[in-house]
Amino acid sequence: MTLRTFSILFLCLLLAGCSSSGTWGWYVIDPTTKQGYNNIRFLLNGFGATILLSIIAAVLSMCIGLIVALPGMSHNRWLRMPSRIYIEFIRAIPLLPMLFWVFYGLPVVLKSMGINANIDAFWGAIITLAISDSAFTAEIYRSGIQSINKGQTEAAKTIGLNYSQTMRYIILPQAIKRILPPLANQFIYIVKMSAFASVIGMQELTRRANELVVTEYRPLEIYTLLILEYLVLVLIISFGVRWLERKMGADESK
Amino acid sequence: MAKAIEIKRLNKWFGSYQALKDIDLNVSHGERIVICGPSGSGKSTLIRCINSLEHHDSGEITVDDIELNQNKASIAAIGAEVGMVFQQFNLFPHLSVLQNLTLGPTKVRGLSRSEAEERAMRILERVQIPEQAYKQPSELSGGQQQRVAIARSLCMEPKIMLFDEPTSALDPEMIAEVLDVIVDLAEDGMTMIVVTHEMGFARRAADRMVFMDKGEIIEMGAPKDFFEAPKTKRCKTFLNQILQH
Ligand SMILES: Nc1ncnc2c1ncn2[C@@H]1O[C@H](COP(=O)(O)OP(=O)(O)OP(=O)(O)O)[C@@H](O)[C@H]1O
Ligand SMILES: [Mg+2]
Repeated sequence: MTLRTFSILFLCLLLAGCSSSGTWGWYVIDPTTKQGYNNIRFLLNGFGATILLSIIAAVLSMCIGLIVALPGMSHNRWLRMPSRIYIEFIRAIPLLPMLFWVFYGLPVVLKSMGINANIDAFWGAIITLAISDSAFTAEIYRSGIQSINKGQTEAAKTIGLNYSQTMRYIILPQAIKRILPPLANQFIYIVKMSAFASVIGMQELTRRANELVVTEYRPLEIYTLLILEYLVLVLIISFGVRWLERKMGADESK
Repeated sequence: MAKAIEIKRLNKWFGSYQALKDIDLNVSHGERIVICGPSGSGKSTLIRCINSLEHHDSGEITVDDIELNQNKASIAAIGAEVGMVFQQFNLFPHLSVLQNLTLGPTKVRGLSRSEAEERAMRILERVQIPEQAYKQPSELSGGQQQRVAIARSLCMEPKIMLFDEPTSALDPEMIAEVLDVIVDLAEDGMTMIVVTHEMGFARRAADRMVFMDKGEIIEMGAPKDFFEAPKTKRCKTFLNQILQH
């Protein structure tokens, strides 16, 4: 569906470009010319960084999210509160300011604490994406875990399982089916938000497109290709998620 | 000999609502107690307090000389002696029947897998569904699921069993097969508290009847006296109502 709508839109744009000569200049990314070929290679080389950045940030976000979500469901108010505050606080910060704060501000904070850490663009972007996303993954875990019938916890308790055994053997295996699809959605979100890493100099897809625009002066073609690059990436993830959902759905009906 | 369960002046509130009022109840070893009473009278709450699924607000609960308090050690020690069967079975749907039965013994009691499976199979024989061991809970009938739930408790070798309306969620034709298993346990000398409205079962298996209403124990006595000569009006009315069905 998305693919069709988009391709129609894209074709219209393309045709519009042909009719009024001079507005499109596909030569910048024409693989048959040497310059176009080099440009394309330069742009596509950003895939590695975008993918790596997104995957590490997503994994970290899933870990932090779980660590935040579990005490958030405690009966103990003093365990619940920090989790709630973290989620509300992090969720309220726009990504870009947080990125600036981590990249430019955090090293200063660390230095004042006697830690001489240099945060490069790669890790600055990962930390920001992971933390910012973890508030959402925490909520996903919470709703997934709370959707499991309370009777399961009680039954686990009556056969003597402790909290972590109950989570590990009873709750999480059941909750994972409800958690995975929204987590995968978050992954798509991270992939798209990773574009912000370009503003602190991370050489990923968007940064490379920006740099090429500066030298080639063909923003329309280059950004069109950039959008297509993200589209391909996201579509691949979406198909993966569908496949995963179908596979788990099949397991469930077994 | 110490009592299996001693409850003294037990009180429990849900917010401002008092669900249990000054409950006193002693259960001897090997004794079979049946609790009945109208909906909302606190029957579930009472037995849930015994295995600390609910925290009581005041009073004492002592199980086999262990006093139940907020202390994790006492909760675990009592939990190890008490098994519980729920109205809704609460089987683990993602595990096979056998896995449902071996999880506790392997993870809590430290049995090897083969020891735990051997025990599980022995107990499945006892509840008469050994052929269901490798199925998923969802593939079983309600009566079979409840028998698996009983077996799961028995695999932990409890000294006391609590049943909270074990047959209320079952179709009529399956009630008997579950009650037979419970009677079999009772004849074997298991200490048990059964919340149920199955009065036929109560006559057959109970040593003592307990009638609760509005969070209080109203009447208590041997089944014969209880059914034939209830002392209180509330109890009479209740018995008339359920025996009419
Ligand atoms: N978690 C809870 N929070 C608030 N009120 C509760 C809770 N659990 C039970 N109650 C209330 O306590 C009272 C006793 O409930 P309980 O479940 O023990 O009754 P019961 O005798 O088991 O009834 P039933 O035959 O319907 O199972 C009811 O009024 C119920 O609404
Ligand atoms: Mg009840």
